[in-house]
Amino acid sequence: MALYLSKSGKFLPHFITKMSSLGMINLSSLGSCLSQNPPLLTEDGRTSYAAPGNDPTHFVCRRFGSVKADKLASISTNADSQLLNFPGGVVKFTPELKFLSDAPEERIHCYRVLDESGHLLTSDFVEIDKDIAVRMYKEMVMLQTVDTIFYEAQRQGRISFYVTAMGEEAINIASAAALSMDDFVFPQYREAGVLLWRGFGLQDLANQCFGNIGDNCKGRQMPAHYGSKKHNYFTVASTVATQIPHAVGAAYSLKMEGRDACTITYFGDGGTSTGDFHAAMNFAAVLEAPVILFCRNNGWAISTPVSDQFRSDGIVVRGQAYGIRGIRVDGNDALAVFSAVHTARKMAISESRPVLIEALTYRAGHHSTSDDSSKYRPIEEIEWWRAAQDPVGRFRKWLEMQGWWSCESDTELRGWARQEVLNAIQVAEKAEKPGLREIFTDVYDVPPSNLRDQEKSLRQTVQRHQRDYPHFQF
Amino acid sequence: MAATILHGVGATTALSSINYNNSRRSLPERKRTSLVIQCDGSLSSGLNISNNRGAKLSTNAVAQTKQENVTASTTSKPGHELLLFEALREGLEEEMERDPHVCVMGEDVGHYGGSYKVTKGLADKYGDLRVLDTPIAENSFTGMGIGAAMTGLRPIVEGMNMGFLLLAFNQISNNCGMLHYTSGGQFKIPIVIRGPGGVGRQLGAEHSQRLESYFQSIPGIQMVACSTPYNAKGLMKAAIRSDNPVILFEHVLLYNLKERIPDEEYVLSLEEAEMVRPGKHVTVLTYSRMRYHVMQAAKTLVNKGYDPEVIDIRSLKPFDLHTIGNSVKKTHHVLIVEECMRTGGIGASLTASINEHFHDYLDAPIVCLSSQDVPTPYAGALEEWTVVQPAQIVAAVEQLCQ
Repeated sequence: MALYLSKSGKFLPHFITKMSSLGMINLSSLGSCLSQNPPLLTEDGRTSYAAPGNDPTHFVCRRFGSVKADKLASISTNADSQLLNFPGGVVKFTPELKFLSDAPEERIHCYRVLDESGHLLTSDFVEIDKDIAVRMYKEMVMLQTVDTIFYEAQRQGRISFYVTAMGEEAINIASAAALSMDDFVFPQYREAGVLLWRGFGLQDLANQCFGNIGDNCKGRQMPAHYGSKKHNYFTVASTVATQIPHAVGAAYSLKMEGRDACTITYFGDGGTSTGDFHAAMNFAAVLEAPVILFCRNNGWAISTPVSDQFRSDGIVVRGQAYGIRGIRVDGNDALAVFSAVHTARKMAISESRPVLIEALTYRAGHHSTSDDSSKYRPIEEIEWWRAAQDPVGRFRKWLEMQGWWSCESDTELRGWARQEVLNAIQVAEKAEKPGLREIFTDVYDVPPSNLRDQEKSLRQTVQRHQRDYPHFQF
Repeated sequence: MAATILHGVGATTALSSINYNNSRRSLPERKRTSLVIQCDGSLSSGLNISNNRGAKLSTNAVAQTKQENVTASTTSKPGHELLLFEALREGLEEEMERDPHVCVMGEDVGHYGGSYKVTKGLADKYGDLRVLDTPIAENSFTGMGIGAAMTGLRPIVEGMNMGFLLLAFNQISNNCGMLHYTSGGQFKIPIVIRGPGGVGRQLGAEHSQRLESYFQSIPGIQMVACSTPYNAKGLMKAAIRSDNPVILFEHVLLYNLKERIPDEEYVLSLEEAEMVRPGKHVTVLTYSRMRYHVMQAAKTLVNKGYDPEVIDIRSLKPFDLHTIGNSVKKTHHVLIVEECMRTGGIGASLTASINEHFHDYLDAPIVCLSSQDVPTPYAGALEEWTVVQPAQIVAAVEQLCQ
């Protein structure tokens, strides 16, 4: 079918199905239809076909009209046939047997606002006032402190597992600061800072890591798998990239309700290899869902470097493949991350569309406490990134140049933060663990008979062999 | 577990005992576990357990609409006739009308109306967004459904064929079944996952899967199987109203079954079995399509002087051990007829469960008729031999009752 429109816009879907059932239509005869029924350009630049009442039969009658080319003068018709309106839009033909390159000449440029010494490189960024900026810095320091101490706690055997966000403090805090509390967050597992920003307390963090009765997840998940409905932060699951389709579904729900909010989901470079990433990106684009897809490209998926993960120029180039707008930012630059997320959020909500952000950074810590990354990467590399590209240090330098921060404040802050975290751990460590009952609740809304039987059976066993179950509380 | 429309465990216990008494009703009455919900959304505080179909039923818009739908030929009898897929659609539409958070997503559910026409006309009525056509990525649109459910919507995810939901196993097992638990009860997932499964007519092995076998182990989900237009509509409505994730198994060959169902609104319980035919010699437990093979065998058996009690278990997870147990205590013989394969099917679990709970009441080992552990062949005769046929059921009962 050859149907010409002045823009390779999208048809109304039902129109396409009906058109395809009309079979081949001569371009020339169509010209007459078009001149009698010019396509309308809608506000968003798409072309919609408005035959009277969108009546396909009406349109069919016109296909046998005579040739007229007045409105089509800008593009050659008839003999030239330099283009064709395939399903999906108009495509120009080329006589060259030429393949698209697999790699661009240059990698996509990376948006950066502050250099390593904290100097502004541009005026093209979203301004932050002093209160927010100082708070951002404090939270970044707190996140660093939490990570350091909890990591040590795991090494001491006080908790069984932990993941740090070393090197990604700017990503955590700056992105959180650019969102509103109504935005839904679908994290992977390296975004505890987002939760901290939203008001999740240190004690709550510690309780979850120790799995005690204060844990709002009731001791059900591994440490650092936080979740809080109050803070619109969805419980971390260990499965990779499953949160991306969840975020798209939640964005769909926001769109249905017409709310002034979006969703954001975080994932790493490794997560982009999954099927869920692909389909969620595709869905988000087709659905026009207000979701920010934030990729933390930190160079490593446990021991797999990005060169073994994919051969594309990172993740940002994939956006266009799905029809999604994207940007690459310096993940160690808090101002750049803030500006990107702030702008993306506006776009996502006002235009109801997904936005992809790729933050380039480096995983300065190990994958988790079960990993020793010095086994697969040189220690010098880790040290260099940790020092030279430290996002916290860079932001502090900028703050100091603004006159908003000082050395003394820093020492005081770090001392205070350390004490607070240690206290929280001490309290959490001493607290009771959840009772036996919590094995069986929340599987369903109310425990069904088989679970009630199983609970009874377990209680009997524990009571009968109390010495074998010393830790059990009822 | 609370029936979806009752609060608290106490009410549930009351319900099960009440419904047991009710379940001894003879077939034409067809007043199984009917619970009446007033159409203004409130629950009638007294459970409508007796056979007063006329009294205490909602008199507002829904009933009246149904009256209008009754055709001339059926005005003489109460209720209206429809096919099973229409009953599913009716249930779905009523719930979409009642609650704006209910939405549907799946392949070809929108403008196409669904491959089995269960969602026909709904996109025109409720729009593209509420009846959403998805690209082909089951794991991902199930994931999408889970995300939407966690944020307040009540999605119904349609698998074009249940077999395709194998692609969604990760999301169903690791997220759908788990997130309510791992979040400490903070996020609920009131999702319904439905679609046709079972052995059809020469659809090939990949389209003849019995997914209830694979899913039955997943904690956190409920599974029900419908078999008649009446229970299809009732279970669909119950599943949508439940705050737990529910998987509703339909069968490819049952969509065109016709039945007369009540005009008044009704919702069935998700955890109850259906007494199809009371009897005293043997308890035959079955569900979905096999119910019809069993009933066909029952006709032959009655002629031969047997009195089988046929129960459509309907609730595949959890089993309605109350109804089943009462039956076993009466007949002391159990025959399970299923379409699942021998290894690891619903029959296998049911056998273990009955042995565990009612061993003392059995006069003979439980017999389970299942499909063989083979992929379903395409050739018609071969396919027929992999599905349990009435003759086998008759022979099994005869042997069991010796």
